Amino acid sequence: MGKPSLAVWKFASCDGCQLSLLDLEDRLLDIAEAVDIAHFPEASTAHADGPYTVSLVEGSITTPRDADRIRAVRHQSELVVAIGACATAGGIQALRNLADSDEFVRTVYATPTYIDSLATSTPISDHIEVDIELRGCPVSKIQLLDVVGALLAGRKPDLPTYPVCIECKARGVSCVMVAGGIACLGPITQAGCGAICPAYDRGCYGCFGPAETVNVASLAWQWRELGIEDEALVRSLRTFNTAAPAFAAASAAIEDR
Amino acid sequence: MHKTDRLRSFRIEELTRVEGEGALEVVVDGDEIVDLEFRIFESPRFFEAFLRGREYTEAPDITARICGICPVAYQTSSINAMEQILGIRVSPQIRDLRRLLYMAEWIESHALHIYLLHAPDFLGFPSGMAMAAEFPTEVRDALRLKSIGNDLMACIGGREIHPVNPMVGGFHRAPTPDQLRAVEPDMEWALEAALRTVALVSTFPFPELDLDYEFVALSDPDEYAVLDGRIRSSEGIDITVDEFNDVFVEEHVERSNALHARIRDRGSYHVGPIARFNLNREQLHPVALKAARGIEPVVVNPFRSIVVRAVELVHACATGLDIVRRYVRPESPAATAPVRAGEGHGASEAPRGLLYHRYRIDESGIITDAQIVPPTSQNQLRIEEDLRRLIPTILGLTDEEMQHHLEQAIRNYDPCISCATHFLDFRVHRS
Ligand code: SF4
Ligand code: SF4
Repeated sequence: MGKPSLAVWKFASCDGCQLSLLDLEDRLLDIAEAVDIAHFPEASTAHADGPYTVSLVEGSITTPRDADRIRAVRHQSELVVAIGACATAGGIQALRNLADSDEFVRTVYATPTYIDSLATSTPISDHIEVDIELRGCPVSKIQLLDVVGALLAGRKPDLPTYPVCIECKARGVSCVMVAGGIACLGPITQAGCGAICPAYDRGCYGCFGPAETVNVASLAWQWRELGIEDEALVRSLRTFNTAAPAFAAASAAIEDR
Repeated sequence: MHKTDRLRSFRIEELTRVEGEGALEVVVDGDEIVDLEFRIFESPRFFEAFLRGREYTEAPDITARICGICPVAYQTSSINAMEQILGIRVSPQIRDLRRLLYMAEWIESHALHIYLLHAPDFLGFPSGMAMAAEFPTEVRDALRLKSIGNDLMACIGGREIHPVNPMVGGFHRAPTPDQLRAVEPDMEWALEAALRTVALVSTFPFPELDLDYEFVALSDPDEYAVLDGRIRSSEGIDITVDEFNDVFVEEHVERSNALHARIRDRGSYHVGPIARFNLNREQLHPVALKAARGIEPVVVNPFRSIVVRAVELVHACATGLDIVRRYVRPESPAATAPVRAGEGHGASEAPRGLLYHRYRIDESGIITDAQIVPPTSQNQLRIEEDLRRLIPTILGLTDEEMQHHLEQAIRNYDPCISCATHFLDFRVHRS
């Protein structure tokens, strides 16, 4: 049997997540030795047809063409890994989902008939079965390396579902919300980044999306105690993971209050 | 690709080794170009639309997501615009840190493009990874250079892609002198590696092609402009950033999801490393200026951009090293000012060239209007013109060789198609 093969696909995105792969530097060459990089247009002109052992998918689905393309990726891939907030939640471009879609589409497509865009930006899992989802805007390259390594070794990767607060404790960062009075989304955001924002004296801004259990009511109460208006919390929930179900429900509930 | 007697057509369905999704279509009849389209089909993401209604403080975090390769450029241009509205002036220490972060982005982006995306064209490989078999030292050097740029970004910004630390007014937290001093040995190595890069790419075979360009870049009498400056051109444009829309216009071109920018009543222009170098060469760091000795006074062959990019890599490493060595932690990581309504303009020199932002905010700091003009949409028209000039000189080649040359010519610009695309919305709002 030949080497396992790896394919990298791009949908609506900023390229940051697949760039994380090139940021693996030396370990990139190890990967390049262990697997056939069969399709990675951003890095290589070479292309080999599928089937592929692992497909990494970056970006969200925003056009009819992409909705077809992602199905073709599924057919050719043994395992599909959605990488990053765009692929797992629709990304920041899913803010369009909140706009009155008729109105929005009319404004945006007043004249051009040749631009084909959907009224929504949706995650990969809305269209096909996804084997693993890697959160983050961008993904953590350490997690990315773990996942690729685990899959090639035939293991299921172990990804955290607990909130960022746990990582603050592990990193020895004193809580910016309790000690500094800075609004933080850490209590409801999934770990994986290593608590970068609190380590830099700012509140977590939720780029890894909702943790498994999310108590938004208690977070909203804490934010109000800090004198922060609900509109600001709603905006904070509506960024890179605006369409992640737990964040979408929470922001809608606060807005309805 | 097919070939009849006279009619040859090329279709590159998916351009590779560029950031984002684009395609090229060329039809030649004998020695006449019947059709040429550099098409961008990347899906639009509508940034200017959803920036409306957001707080001004969110612009750097949101616009960073336009491009994973040059987030600091987006953060800087948006921060400049907001600081202009609020009347904020930052301390020299904060300015130094900003420049250092920006130089780190230049290092990672230039190292990526020179070695992994562009050099394979000159050396005949499908990718940088494939090059590693024959050029193991060079590729390892390249990856280490890139990782030093990344590490520096992570040290100042918190992480290398979409750094979390920059904000309107400065930074959330300034790194300690010890943190920066820890990168000094790596930066020293990087400077040496960058000098080796200039030597290496100078030996590449360059196709002959001399073109007339109008070069446009930020300029500053005292430094190789990156963070701000006046917008100048080789044909006499000399304006403040605020006057951008008086001089440059964007047109919608039917075939593309991006807007093409041109100089009003004049035509295409060229932004990026060659433009900066030709306009501001004397302001380069002395070490980079010395490394540039062998380079012609005005670079007009677009294929030589890789050499200029290497010189800029030297500049970024040398400038970064100076800042690391003189760094004093600012007393306060950020300047603040009360919110007020207004319109602001900001520009900076992204690795790929001039990046212009304009915002209007209301009295509570909410964005009511946004305009973003990335480098690749400014170069798009110019890229097509380069190809039109290149094609007649390569008609004698086989189809395959021709296609290779055309792709290489597009990569001269290090085009970032992801950046260029989100434009669509802006056009709509003008119409
Ligand atoms: S998740 Fe964030 S970093 Fe990744 S592609 Fe989308 S916008 Fe870029
Ligand atoms: S700083 Fe934020 S993420 Fe860290 S412990 Fe406090 S609330 Fe949680």
